[in-house]
Amino acid sequence: MCLAVPGKVLEIERNPEGVRMAKANFGGIVKSVCLEYTPEVVPGDYVLVHVGFALSKVDEEEAARTYEILREMNQLAELEEGETEAAAAAPAKGGAS
Amino acid sequence: MKYIDEYRQQELAQGLAREIRRTVTRPWVLMEVCGGQTHSIVKYGLDHLLPKEVELVHGPGCPVCVTPLEMIDRAQAIARRPDVIFCSFGDMLRVPGSESDLLILKSRGADVRVVYSPLDCLKIARANPDKKVVFFAIGFETTAPANAMSVWQARQEGLRNFSVLVSHVLVPPAMEAILQSPDNRVQGFLGPGHVCTVVGYEEYEPIAAKYHVPIVVTGFEPLDLLQGTLMALRQLEAGKAEVENEYPRVVKREGNRVAQDLVGKVFEVCDRAWRGVGTIPQSGYRLRDAFRDYDAEHLFQVGSIKTQESPICISGLVLRGVKKPHDCPAFGKECTPQHPLGATMVSAEGACAAYYTYGRHLHMKPAAAGKAKELEVAHS
Repeated sequence: MCLAVPGKVLEIERNPEGVRMAKANFGGIVKSVCLEYTPEVVPGDYVLVHVGFALSKVDEEEAARTYEILREMNQLAELEEGETEAAAAAPAKGGAS
Repeated sequence: MKYIDEYRQQELAQGLAREIRRTVTRPWVLMEVCGGQTHSIVKYGLDHLLPKEVELVHGPGCPVCVTPLEMIDRAQAIARRPDVIFCSFGDMLRVPGSESDLLILKSRGADVRVVYSPLDCLKIARANPDKKVVFFAIGFETTAPANAMSVWQARQEGLRNFSVLVSHVLVPPAMEAILQSPDNRVQGFLGPGHVCTVVGYEEYEPIAAKYHVPIVVTGFEPLDLLQGTLMALRQLEAGKAEVENEYPRVVKREGNRVAQDLVGKVFEVCDRAWRGVGTIPQSGYRLRDAFRDYDAEHLFQVGSIKTQESPICISGLVLRGVKKPHDCPAFGKECTPQHPLGATMVSAEGACAAYYTYGRHLHMKPAAAGKAKELEVAHS
Protein backbone atom coordinates (compact mmCIF):
# COMPACT_ATOMS: atom_id res chain seq x y z
CA MET A 1 0.00 0.00 0.00
CA CYS A 2 2.83 2.40 0.86
CA LEU A 3 4.57 1.47 -2.38
CA ALA A 4 6.47 4.44 -3.76
CA VAL A 5 8.70 4.48 -6.82
CA PRO A 6 11.46 6.86 -7.95
CA GLY A 7 10.83 8.57 -11.28
CA LYS A 8 12.64 11.27 -13.31
CA VAL A 9 10.78 14.54 -13.82
CA LEU A 10 10.61 15.41 -17.53
CA GLU A 11 8.43 18.51 -17.81
CA ILE A 12 6.39 20.59 -15.39
CA GLU A 13 3.06 22.27 -16.06
CA ARG A 14 -0.10 23.50 -14.35
CA ASN A 15 -3.25 21.54 -15.17
CA PRO A 16 -6.49 23.43 -16.09
CA GLU A 17 -7.46 23.44 -12.37
CA GLY A 18 -4.20 25.15 -11.44
CA VAL A 19 -2.52 22.11 -9.84
CA ARG A 20 1.25 21.81 -10.37
CA MET A 21 1.80 18.58 -12.29
CA ALA A 22 4.70 16.86 -14.08
CA LYS A 23 5.33 14.14 -16.58
CA ALA A 24 7.71 11.66 -14.95
CA ASN A 25 9.57 8.70 -16.41
CA PHE A 26 9.53 5.40 -14.48
CA GLY A 27 11.95 3.11 -16.31
CA GLY A 28 10.37 3.91 -19.68
CA ILE A 29 6.77 4.40 -18.54
CA VAL A 30 5.70 8.04 -18.46
CA LYS A 31 3.01 9.02 -15.96
CA SER A 32 1.44 12.19 -14.67
CA VAL A 33 2.57 13.20 -11.17
CA CYS A 34 1.36 15.91 -8.80
CA LEU A 35 4.19 18.19 -7.58
CA GLU A 36 2.21 20.30 -5.09
CA TYR A 37 4.16 18.81 -2.16
CA THR A 38 7.59 19.20 -3.74
CA PRO A 39 7.75 22.85 -4.84
CA GLU A 40 11.56 22.74 -5.09
CA VAL A 41 11.62 20.12 -7.85
CA VAL A 42 12.86 21.03 -11.37
CA PRO A 43 13.04 18.95 -14.57
CA GLY A 44 15.82 16.37 -14.34
CA ASP A 45 15.28 15.71 -10.62
CA TYR A 46 14.23 12.29 -9.35
CA VAL A 47 11.16 12.20 -7.14
CA LEU A 48 9.66 9.47 -4.97
CA VAL A 49 6.08 8.96 -6.16
CA HIS A 50 3.16 7.40 -4.27
CA VAL A 51 -0.39 7.20 -5.75
CA GLY A 52 0.44 9.93 -8.27
CA PHE A 53 2.02 12.36 -5.78
CA ALA A 54 5.71 13.25 -5.47
CA LEU A 55 6.40 12.95 -1.72
CA SER A 56 10.07 13.87 -1.76
CA LYS A 57 12.95 14.69 -4.06
CA VAL A 58 15.51 11.85 -4.16
CA ASP A 59 18.73 13.21 -2.65
CA GLU A 60 21.45 12.10 -5.10
CA GLU A 61 24.31 12.78 -2.69
CA GLU A 62 22.73 10.72 0.08
CA ALA A 63 21.95 7.93 -2.38
CA ALA A 64 25.59 7.86 -3.52
CA ARG A 65 26.82 7.92 0.08
CA THR A 66 24.60 5.00 1.20
CA TYR A 67 25.72 2.98 -1.81
CA GLU A 68 29.38 3.75 -1.13
CA ILE A 69 29.03 2.61 2.51
CA LEU A 70 27.53 -0.68 1.31
CA ARG A 71 30.31 -1.24 -1.21
CA GLU A 72 33.08 -0.41 1.24
CA MET A 73 31.60 -2.70 3.87
CA ASN A 74 31.40 -5.50 1.33
CA GLN A 75 35.04 -5.05 0.30
CA LEU A 76 36.12 -4.92 3.94
CA ALA A 77 34.16 -8.04 4.80
CA GLU A 78 35.68 -9.88 1.84
CA LEU A 79 39.16 -8.77 2.81
CA GLU A 80 38.71 -9.90 6.40
CA GLU A 81 37.18 -13.17 5.35
CA GLY A 82 40.15 -13.70 3.00
CA GLU A 83 42.57 -13.06 5.86
CA THR A 84 40.71 -15.52 8.08
CA GLU A 85 40.93 -18.14 5.37
CA ALA A 86 44.63 -17.45 4.87
CA ALA A 87 45.25 -17.68 8.62
CA ALA A 88 43.53 -21.05 8.67
CA ALA A 89 46.00 -22.03 5.93
CA ALA A 90 43.34 -23.62 3.79
CA PRO A 91 45.34 -25.43 1.09
CA ALA A 92 42.61 -25.80 -1.49
CA LYS A 93 41.75 -22.15 -2.03
CA GLY A 94 38.79 -21.83 -4.34
CA GLY A 95 38.23 -25.57 -4.26
CA ALA A 96 34.86 -25.40 -2.63
CA SER A 97 32.84 -22.38 -3.55
CA MET B 1 15.74 1.59 -12.97
CA LYS B 2 17.88 4.18 -11.23
CA TYR B 3 17.62 4.09 -7.40
CA ILE B 4 16.12 0.60 -7.55
CA ASP B 5 18.61 -1.69 -9.32
CA GLU B 6 21.58 -0.55 -7.20
CA TYR B 7 19.79 -1.70 -4.07
CA ARG B 8 19.13 -5.22 -5.35
CA GLN B 9 22.67 -6.46 -5.92
CA GLN B 10 23.22 -9.94 -4.65
CA GLU B 11 26.93 -9.51 -3.96
CA LEU B 12 26.30 -6.58 -1.66
CA ALA B 13 23.42 -8.44 0.01
CA GLN B 14 25.82 -11.28 0.83
CA GLY B 15 28.29 -8.74 2.22
CA LEU B 16 25.62 -7.31 4.51
CA ALA B 17 24.52 -10.77 5.60
CA ARG B 18 28.17 -11.57 6.50
CA GLU B 19 28.43 -8.36 8.51
CA ILE B 20 25.18 -9.21 10.33
CA ARG B 21 26.56 -12.67 11.22
CA ARG B 22 29.71 -11.05 12.63
CA THR B 23 27.67 -8.56 14.68
CA VAL B 24 25.19 -10.88 16.38
CA THR B 25 26.12 -12.61 19.64
CA ARG B 26 22.68 -13.59 20.98
CA PRO B 27 19.00 -13.90 19.95
CA TRP B 28 17.05 -10.82 18.92
CA VAL B 29 13.52 -10.21 17.62
CA LEU B 30 13.00 -7.35 15.14
CA MET B 31 9.75 -6.20 13.60
CA GLU B 32 9.45 -4.56 10.20
CA VAL B 33 6.48 -2.26 10.50
CA CYS B 34 5.34 -1.88 6.92
CA GLY B 35 3.58 -4.49 4.79
CA GLY B 36 5.65 -3.45 1.77
CA GLN B 37 8.78 -4.36 3.72
CA THR B 38 7.25 -7.71 4.74
CA HIS B 39 6.54 -8.39 1.08
CA SER B 40 10.16 -7.64 0.04
CA ILE B 41 11.62 -9.71 2.89
CA VAL B 42 9.57 -12.78 2.00
CA LYS B 43 9.92 -12.31 -1.78
CA TYR B 44 13.71 -12.12 -1.65
CA GLY B 45 14.04 -14.59 1.25
CA LEU B 46 16.03 -12.02 3.22
CA ASP B 47 15.06 -13.62 6.54
CA HIS B 48 16.84 -16.78 5.38
CA LEU B 49 20.07 -14.87 4.83
CA LEU B 50 20.09 -13.93 8.53
CA PRO B 51 21.72 -16.01 11.29
CA LYS B 52 19.35 -18.16 13.35
CA GLU B 53 19.64 -15.78 16.31
CA VAL B 54 17.80 -13.04 14.39
CA GLU B 55 14.05 -13.39 14.02
CA LEU B 56 12.01 -10.98 11.90
CA VAL B 57 8.35 -10.68 12.87
CA HIS B 58 5.89 -8.88 10.67
CA GLY B 59 4.07 -5.76 11.73
CA PRO B 60 0.60 -4.28 11.32
CA GLY B 61 1.62 -1.92 8.50
CA CYS B 62 -0.85 -2.93 5.81
CA PRO B 63 -3.77 -0.49 5.69
CA VAL B 64 -5.79 -2.80 3.45
CA CYS B 65 -5.43 -5.59 6.02
CA VAL B 66 -6.37 -3.51 9.06
CA THR B 67 -9.40 -1.75 7.50
CA PRO B 68 -12.27 -3.05 9.68
CA LEU B 69 -14.82 -5.42 8.19
CA GLU B 70 -17.52 -2.95 9.21
CA MET B 71 -15.92 -0.28 6.97
CA ILE B 72 -15.66 -2.73 4.03
CA ASP B 73 -19.37 -3.49 4.42
CA ARG B 74 -20.14 0.24 4.60
CA ALA B 75 -18.14 0.80 1.37
CA GLN B 76 -20.15 -1.92 -0.35
CA ALA B 77 -23.46 -0.51 0.87
CA ILE B 78 -22.53 2.84 -0.69
CA ALA B 79 -21.16 1.25 -3.89
CA ARG B 80 -24.47 -0.60 -4.42
CA ARG B 81 -26.42 2.66 -4.79
CA PRO B 82 -27.39 3.37 -8.42
CA ASP B 83 -26.52 7.07 -8.10
CA VAL B 84 -22.94 6.35 -6.95
CA ILE B 85 -19.64 5.85 -8.78
CA PHE B 86 -17.43 4.17 -6.21
CA CYS B 87 -13.66 4.66 -6.65
CA SER B 88 -10.94 2.71 -4.89
CA PHE B 89 -7.29 1.74 -5.07
CA GLY B 90 -7.04 -1.65 -6.75
CA ASP B 91 -5.94 -3.56 -3.67
CA MET B 92 -9.26 -2.94 -1.87
CA LEU B 93 -11.41 -4.53 -4.60
CA ARG B 94 -10.96 -8.14 -3.59
CA VAL B 95 -11.11 -7.64 0.15
CA PRO B 96 -14.14 -9.63 1.28
CA GLY B 97 -16.75 -8.02 3.46
CA SER B 98 -19.32 -10.04 5.38
CA GLU B 99 -21.09 -11.13 2.18
CA SER B 100 -19.32 -9.89 -0.93
CA ASP B 101 -16.44 -7.81 -2.32
CA LEU B 102 -16.30 -4.72 -4.53
CA LEU B 103 -15.25 -6.72 -7.59
CA ILE B 104 -18.30 -8.97 -7.29
CA LEU B 105 -20.53 -5.89 -6.92
CA LYS B 106 -18.94 -4.49 -10.09
CA SER B 107 -19.67 -7.70 -11.98
CA ARG B 108 -23.31 -7.36 -10.86
CA GLY B 109 -23.56 -3.87 -12.34
CA ALA B 110 -22.37 -1.49 -9.62
CA ASP B 111 -20.22 1.34 -10.99
CA VAL B 112 -16.96 0.53 -9.17
CA ARG B 113 -13.77 2.00 -10.63
CA VAL B 114 -10.10 1.50 -9.84
CA VAL B 115 -8.07 4.69 -9.62
CA TYR B 116 -4.30 5.14 -9.63
CA SER B 117 -4.47 8.48 -7.84
CA PRO B 118 -7.18 10.22 -5.76
CA LEU B 119 -7.00 13.11 -8.23
CA ASP B 120 -8.44 10.74 -10.87
CA CYS B 121 -11.69 10.75 -8.85
CA LEU B 122 -12.02 14.50 -9.36
CA LYS B 123 -11.82 13.99 -13.14
CA ILE B 124 -14.56 11.38 -12.88
CA ALA B 125 -16.69 13.74 -10.74
CA ARG B 126 -16.28 16.60 -13.24
CA ALA B 127 -17.25 14.31 -16.13
CA ASN B 128 -20.31 12.88 -14.30
CA PRO B 129 -22.13 15.80 -12.67
CA ASP B 130 -25.35 13.74 -12.28
CA LYS B 131 -23.57 11.07 -10.22
CA LYS B 132 -22.11 11.02 -6.71
CA VAL B 133 -18.45 10.04 -6.81
CA VAL B 134 -17.19 8.40 -3.62
CA PHE B 135 -13.52 7.57 -2.99
CA PHE B 136 -12.47 4.95 -0.44
CA ALA B 137 -9.73 6.96 1.31
CA ILE B 138 -7.65 4.40 3.15
CA GLY B 139 -3.97 4.32 4.00
CA PHE B 140 -1.23 5.31 6.40
CA GLU B 141 0.52 8.67 6.71
CA THR B 142 2.09 8.00 3.28
CA THR B 143 -1.25 8.19 1.48
CA ALA B 144 -2.82 10.95 3.60
CA PRO B 145 -1.32 13.86 1.58
CA ALA B 146 -2.78 12.53 -1.68
CA ASN B 147 -6.18 11.84 -0.13
CA ALA B 148 -6.20 15.22 1.64
CA MET B 149 -5.40 16.99 -1.64
CA SER B 150 -8.39 15.40 -3.38
CA VAL B 151 -10.77 16.86 -0.76
CA TRP B 152 -8.97 20.20 -0.66
CA GLN B 153 -9.00 20.55 -4.43
CA ALA B 154 -12.70 19.52 -4.64
CA ARG B 155 -13.57 22.33 -2.25
CA GLN B 156 -11.37 24.82 -4.14
CA GLU B 157 -13.24 23.97 -7.33
CA GLY B 158 -16.66 23.90 -5.68
CA LEU B 159 -17.10 20.30 -6.81
CA ARG B 160 -20.13 19.08 -4.83
CA ASN B 161 -20.59 15.54 -6.17
CA PHE B 162 -17.38 14.18 -4.63
CA SER B 163 -16.89 12.68 -1.16
CA VAL B 164 -14.52 10.35 0.65
CA LEU B 165 -15.11 7.36 2.90
CA VAL B 166 -12.18 7.77 5.30
CA SER B 167 -10.47 4.88 7.06
CA HIS B 168 -7.01 6.29 7.73
CA VAL B 169 -4.60 4.80 10.25
CA LEU B 170 -1.36 5.99 11.89
CA VAL B 171 1.77 3.98 12.60
CA PRO B 172 3.18 5.23 15.95
CA PRO B 173 0.06 4.42 18.06
CA ALA B 174 0.09 0.87 16.63
CA MET B 175 3.78 0.47 17.53
CA GLU B 176 2.99 1.60 21.07
CA ALA B 177 0.06 -0.82 21.28
CA ILE B 178 2.46 -3.64 20.34
CA LEU B 179 5.09 -2.56 22.84
CA GLN B 180 2.53 -2.24 25.66
CA SER B 181 1.07 -5.69 25.06
CA PRO B 182 2.02 -8.21 27.80
CA ASP B 183 3.00 -10.82 25.20
CA ASN B 184 5.22 -8.44 23.23
CA ARG B 185 8.42 -10.02 21.81
CA VAL B 186 9.65 -7.10 19.70
CA GLN B 187 13.04 -5.67 20.73
CA GLY B 188 13.68 -3.35 17.80
CA PHE B 189 11.92 -1.94 14.74
CA LEU B 190 12.65 -1.39 11.07
CA GLY B 191 10.64 1.83 10.74
CA PRO B 192 8.33 2.58 7.81
CA GLY B 193 10.42 4.52 5.28
CA HIS B 194 7.62 5.99 3.20
CA VAL B 195 5.46 6.96 6.19
CA CYS B 196 8.52 8.83 7.49
CA THR B 197 9.07 10.48 4.09
CA VAL B 198 5.87 12.38 4.89
CA VAL B 199 5.91 12.79 8.68
CA GLY B 200 9.65 12.54 9.40
CA TYR B 201 10.88 10.64 12.44
CA GLU B 202 10.80 13.10 15.32
CA GLU B 203 7.67 11.45 16.74
CA TYR B 204 9.50 8.10 16.86
CA GLU B 205 12.19 9.44 19.17
CA PRO B 206 10.03 9.42 22.36
CA ILE B 207 8.90 5.85 21.54
CA ALA B 208 12.52 4.63 21.24
CA ALA B 209 13.38 6.32 24.55
CA LYS B 210 10.25 5.30 26.49
CA TYR B 211 10.32 1.60 25.56
CA HIS B 212 14.11 1.38 25.07
CA VAL B 213 13.85 0.00 21.53
CA PRO B 214 16.00 0.94 18.54
CA ILE B 215 13.98 2.20 15.56
CA VAL B 216 15.76 2.32 12.21
CA VAL B 217 13.82 4.13 9.48
CA THR B 218 14.29 1.72 6.57
CA GLY B 219 13.64 1.59 2.83
CA PHE B 220 12.03 -1.19 0.82
CA GLU B 221 14.73 -2.64 -1.42
CA PRO B 222 16.62 -5.77 -0.31
CA LEU B 223 19.83 -3.89 0.54
CA ASP B 224 17.89 -1.24 2.46
CA LEU B 225 16.21 -3.93 4.54
CA LEU B 226 19.46 -5.77 5.29
CA GLN B 227 21.24 -2.51 6.11
CA GLY B 228 18.36 -1.45 8.41
CA THR B 229 18.53 -4.86 10.10
CA LEU B 230 22.29 -4.48 10.62
CA MET B 231 21.89 -0.98 12.09
CA ALA B 232 19.18 -2.16 14.52
CA LEU B 233 21.29 -5.17 15.57
CA ARG B 234 24.38 -3.03 16.15
CA GLN B 235 22.31 -0.84 18.49
CA LEU B 236 20.84 -3.84 20.32
CA GLU B 237 24.28 -5.43 20.78
CA ALA B 238 25.60 -2.10 22.13
CA GLY B 239 22.58 -1.60 24.45
CA LYS B 240 21.43 1.50 22.56
CA ALA B 241 17.86 2.55 21.73
CA GLU B 242 17.93 5.40 19.23
CA VAL B 243 16.14 6.42 16.06
CA GLU B 244 18.44 6.09 13.05
CA ASN B 245 17.78 6.73 9.38
CA GLU B 246 18.85 4.08 6.88
CA TYR B 247 16.93 5.81 4.09
CA PRO B 248 18.33 9.37 3.93
CA ARG B 249 18.03 9.54 0.15
CA VAL B 250 14.31 10.25 0.62
CA VAL B 251 13.64 10.63 4.38
CA LYS B 252 14.53 13.79 6.31
CA ARG B 253 14.10 14.10 10.08
CA GLU B 254 11.38 16.73 9.70
CA GLY B 255 9.63 14.92 6.81
CA ASN B 256 7.69 16.86 4.20
CA ARG B 257 6.37 20.00 5.93
CA VAL B 258 4.27 21.13 2.93
CA ALA B 259 2.41 17.81 2.92
CA GLN B 260 2.01 17.76 6.73
CA ASP B 261 0.49 21.24 6.57
CA LEU B 262 -2.29 20.29 4.14
CA VAL B 263 -2.98 16.98 5.91
CA GLY B 264 -3.43 18.96 9.16
CA LYS B 265 -5.89 21.33 7.49
CA VAL B 266 -8.09 18.53 6.12
CA PHE B 267 -7.79 15.72 8.72
CA GLU B 268 -7.81 15.47 12.50
CA VAL B 269 -6.63 12.60 14.69
CA CYS B 270 -9.31 10.22 16.05
CA ASP B 271 -9.68 6.75 17.58
CA ARG B 272 -9.73 3.99 14.97
CA ALA B 273 -10.61 0.30 14.98
CA TRP B 274 -7.92 -1.93 13.43
CA ARG B 275 -9.04 -5.23 11.97
CA GLY B 276 -7.50 -8.06 13.96
CA VAL B 277 -6.29 -5.72 16.70
CA GLY B 278 -9.26 -3.70 17.98
CA THR B 279 -9.66 -0.01 18.71
CA ILE B 280 -6.45 1.93 19.29
CA PRO B 281 -6.88 5.42 20.78
CA GLN B 282 -5.79 8.36 18.61
CA SER B 283 -4.63 6.00 15.86
CA GLY B 284 -6.28 7.41 12.74
CA TYR B 285 -7.53 10.40 10.81
CA ARG B 286 -11.03 11.62 10.06
CA LEU B 287 -12.12 14.70 8.12
CA ARG B 288 -12.31 17.93 10.06
CA ASP B 289 -15.80 19.38 10.58
CA ALA B 290 -15.10 22.06 7.97
CA PHE B 291 -15.08 19.25 5.35
CA ARG B 292 -18.25 17.48 6.55
CA ASP B 293 -19.89 18.02 3.15
CA TYR B 294 -17.20 15.76 1.69
CA ASP B 295 -17.60 12.98 4.27
CA ALA B 296 -19.30 9.95 2.70
CA GLU B 297 -19.94 8.42 6.13
CA HIS B 298 -22.04 11.48 6.96
CA LEU B 299 -23.67 11.85 3.51
CA PHE B 300 -24.72 8.20 3.07
CA GLN B 301 -26.52 6.78 6.09
CA VAL B 302 -26.32 3.03 5.54
CA GLY B 303 -27.76 1.87 8.86
CA SER B 304 -26.09 -0.31 11.47
CA ILE B 305 -23.74 -2.99 10.23
CA LYS B 306 -23.21 -6.27 12.09
CA THR B 307 -20.09 -8.26 11.29
CA GLN B 308 -18.46 -11.43 12.51
CA GLU B 309 -14.82 -12.45 12.15
CA SER B 310 -13.67 -16.05 11.77
CA PRO B 311 -13.22 -17.71 15.18
CA ILE B 312 -10.12 -19.71 14.11
CA CYS B 313 -8.15 -16.86 12.52
CA ILE B 314 -5.10 -15.68 14.54
CA SER B 315 -4.38 -12.57 12.45
CA GLY B 316 -4.43 -10.33 15.53
CA LEU B 317 -1.49 -12.27 16.97
CA VAL B 318 0.33 -12.22 13.60
CA LEU B 319 -0.16 -8.44 13.29
CA ARG B 320 1.41 -7.95 16.71
CA GLY B 321 4.37 -10.21 15.95
CA VAL B 322 3.37 -12.79 18.55
CA LYS B 323 2.73 -15.58 16.00
CA LYS B 324 3.92 -16.40 12.47
CA PRO B 325 1.49 -17.26 9.65
CA HIS B 326 2.37 -20.98 9.70
CA ASP B 327 1.51 -21.15 13.43
CA CYS B 328 -2.14 -20.97 12.34
CA PRO B 329 -3.92 -24.31 11.73
CA ALA B 330 -6.00 -22.74 8.92
CA PHE B 331 -2.99 -21.23 7.03
CA GLY B 332 -2.87 -22.50 3.44
CA LYS B 333 -5.82 -24.85 4.16
CA GLU B 334 -9.17 -23.16 4.92
CA CYS B 335 -7.45 -19.77 4.59
CA THR B 336 -5.84 -18.76 1.26
CA PRO B 337 -5.65 -15.47 -0.69
CA GLN B 338 -8.68 -16.71 -2.70
CA HIS B 339 -10.66 -17.40 0.50
CA PRO B 340 -9.12 -15.29 3.25
CA LEU B 341 -10.40 -15.73 6.79
CA GLY B 342 -8.76 -12.65 8.26
CA ALA B 343 -6.81 -9.42 8.01
CA THR B 344 -3.33 -10.76 7.20
CA MET B 345 -4.51 -12.85 4.22
CA VAL B 346 -6.74 -10.26 2.52
CA SER B 347 -4.02 -8.16 0.86
CA ALA B 348 -0.80 -9.11 -0.96
CA GLU B 349 1.10 -7.16 1.70
CA GLY B 350 -0.39 -9.07 4.62
CA ALA B 351 2.10 -11.40 6.27
CA CYS B 352 -0.04 -14.52 5.64
CA ALA B 353 -0.62 -13.63 1.97
CA ALA B 354 3.10 -12.94 1.44
CA TYR B 355 4.04 -16.29 3.03
CA TYR B 356 1.46 -18.05 0.88
CA THR B 357 2.41 -16.30 -2.38
CA TYR B 358 6.09 -17.22 -2.00
CA GLY B 359 5.37 -20.83 -1.15
CA ARG B 360 6.12 -20.79 2.58
CA HIS B 361 3.17 -23.10 3.18
CA LEU B 362 4.89 -25.69 0.98
CA HIS B 363 8.47 -25.35 2.27
CA MET B 364 8.66 -23.94 5.76
CA LYS B 365 12.45 -23.59 5.61
CA PRO B 366 13.76 -23.29 2.05
CA ALA B 367 17.54 -23.28 1.73
CA ALA B 368 19.13 -19.86 1.95
CA ALA B 369 21.16 -20.65 -1.16
CA GLY B 370 18.03 -21.10 -3.23
CA LYS B 371 16.65 -17.80 -2.04
CA ALA B 372 19.92 -15.99 -2.75
CA LYS B 373 19.59 -17.20 -6.31
CA GLU B 374 16.15 -15.62 -6.47
CA LEU B 375 17.72 -12.32 -5.48
CA GLU B 376 20.10 -12.64 -8.39
CA VAL B 377 17.25 -13.36 -10.81
CA ALA B 378 15.29 -10.39 -9.51
CA HIS B 379 18.30 -8.18 -10.09
CA SER B 380 19.03 -9.34 -13.64
